[in-house]
Amino acid sequence: MTSEFISLDHGSGGKIAHRLTADLLLPLFDNPILSDMHDGAVLALNDHTRVAFSTDTFTVTPLFFPGGDIGELAVNGTINDVAMCGATPLFISLALIIEEGFPMADLTRILQSIQQAATRAGVQVVTGDTKVVPKGAADGLFINTSGIGLIPENVTIGSTGARPGDKIILSGTMADHGMTILTQREGLSFDHAIQSDSAPLNQMVAKILAASGKVHVLRDPTRGGVGTTLNEIAESSRAGIILQESRLPVREAVAGVCELLGFDPLYVANEGKLLAFVAAEDAEKVLAAIQSDPFGREACVIGDVTAEHPGQVVLETLIGGRRIVDMLTGEQLPRIC
Amino acid sequence: MPLKHQREYRDPHLSRQLIQAIKHTHVRPVKLMEVCGTHTMSIFRHGIRDVLPETIHLLSGPGCPVCVTAQPEIDAFIAYARVEDTIVTTFGDLIRVPGTESSLQKENAAGRDVRIVYSAFDALKIAQANPDKRVVFLGVGFETTAPTIAAAILAACEMKVPNFLVACAHKTVPAALEALMTIEQVQISGFLLPGHVSVILGRQAYQPFFDRYQVPSVVAGFEPTDILEAVRRLVDQIEKGQPQLDNAYIRAVSEEGNPKARAVMDTVFEPVDAVFRGIGLIPGSGLRIRPAFAAHDAAIQIPVKVPVSKEPAGCACGDILTGAKTPPECRLFRRACTPENPIGPCMVSSEGTCAAYYRFHPQTTTR
Repeated sequence: MTSEFISLDHGSGGKIAHRLTADLLLPLFDNPILSDMHDGAVLALNDHTRVAFSTDTFTVTPLFFPGGDIGELAVNGTINDVAMCGATPLFISLALIIEEGFPMADLTRILQSIQQAATRAGVQVVTGDTKVVPKGAADGLFINTSGIGLIPENVTIGSTGARPGDKIILSGTMADHGMTILTQREGLSFDHAIQSDSAPLNQMVAKILAASGKVHVLRDPTRGGVGTTLNEIAESSRAGIILQESRLPVREAVAGVCELLGFDPLYVANEGKLLAFVAAEDAEKVLAAIQSDPFGREACVIGDVTAEHPGQVVLETLIGGRRIVDMLTGEQLPRIC
Repeated sequence: MPLKHQREYRDPHLSRQLIQAIKHTHVRPVKLMEVCGTHTMSIFRHGIRDVLPETIHLLSGPGCPVCVTAQPEIDAFIAYARVEDTIVTTFGDLIRVPGTESSLQKENAAGRDVRIVYSAFDALKIAQANPDKRVVFLGVGFETTAPTIAAAILAACEMKVPNFLVACAHKTVPAALEALMTIEQVQISGFLLPGHVSVILGRQAYQPFFDRYQVPSVVAGFEPTDILEAVRRLVDQIEKGQPQLDNAYIRAVSEEGNPKARAVMDTVFEPVDAVFRGIGLIPGSGLRIRPAFAAHDAAIQIPVKVPVSKEPAGCACGDILTGAKTPPECRLFRRACTPENPIGPCMVSSEGTCAAYYRFHPQTTTR
């Protein structure tokens, strides 16, 4: 795109961010592993051993929010990306960029949270780095984590594998994380507290893979939300997706906040949810496996993959109409009248 | 609306009944215009065009405030951002609207201080926190937003915040309705009148307009059943040949509206001739800050030089805003003009007709 400077849109996870990756990054670093564009890279070390490798940087503000903090998020985010490759996450790295003057008490609290999240997910922090920059050169604390995990021999999960007839399962309610952060940032308070869904999904993925060998795609719909992630899958799989609005799970309080502020829950970030594309005959088994996980109790089937309208996501609305669910463009904009 | 009622107004069973009633009554092909951008978005988001008979055409009108803001006004906003020691505060949609040479977003990326706020009072707080800078709030919107911005100016006077300024580009709805009726190529059979604006103005505000043109008009809410009920009433009026000024949004809109909000608005603003993008100059269709509040009027306090404003070449926003064209009839739509790289404001705004077509409409048909 023609743009002289980087704008916030370039980091939104939507179309403009995709364009940046496709135009600037892919041509420079082009290789078959990168061009898969999955949540993590799948590396074949030899004929029998494949590992998944992923990295993510966390800049969330506020650092502490209902349902989590930047530390827990940094662990969960990376192991989830590794898990979405069908891998068992084993090790993570931890890099801290700290602004001069940052309170030691906050740092201690965040590191403890990282330790607890790693223990809960069964991963070890095995390497790291700490940088301190002068006041004003960063905003409090940024964290980068990378993670690696082993992919079981019989497992092949990619983002291009959606097939007509597949059922699409979402592991729980949409938009909890994004709306929690937004309401915290804007200082908005509501009758019903909402909280982030930040959670590790590696154990859920293990249960899914144990239940069925016909899981074609796993993705965690983080930035850009369920709507953007489904578009990416539809595009890369060259398949159509049809969603039922009546089945889309959104907590009532979150739906209300979205309505009030002009956000569509389909485009709001999640940090503890996954989308599973499964052959129809195994959908019940996989749904039961997800629901047996503490972070997947509200899982449900939200739609189907179809041979019609390849590359497009279509929503059947509550009143029986149909409309497109497009990919998020840039940062979501609030309404003004 | 209490949150628990949200699902009730989207009830599939009730919606089906309303759709059946419309199909039962409807005979003549009609063109109904929704004047409010929020209606446009709701109609697309809920797939309402899809469930109505093909002979009921829903046209989107000039109800998206960002879209109707004239190019010289956009250029002035950008010019404010370039003035030293100035913070420009705005509702989100405006920052991506392309001006003649730049946009607020580009200015922000180039290091100017442009901040998105949810309310004029947030801008007032920023002014209090930055006494050494001038904080310009971009006042764009209809009668829905104008009262709160007027209240912020009154608060700035009371709390003595001299560095809080408003760039006033407000528009008013009833004057725009009259202008639409005079455009020859736009033949409108009925109006869905804007819900939010009517909360402030009340049903009675449209009486002079209705008396003059006798065109079926129904004030409508924003949920699917609200819109379907309003369409049902419009179709009913048209088939019976009995135009009325009706209110299908009585849970929010009264006869008189909100006199308190109007009083605040009238204290601070006065009517002025204004240019609507696409329509042109409409007498008395805008608001400006009264001389008594000139100390908070950015247009007076910060003289800026605005380039000779140019509308983007080939952009059909003007015709789209009056319902004379639909977005797929614009040669830039989906080709040169997309939400990532918008050329006209109707593609930028979250309430813009082009954005709605682009985001929600499965085919680029002209329906």
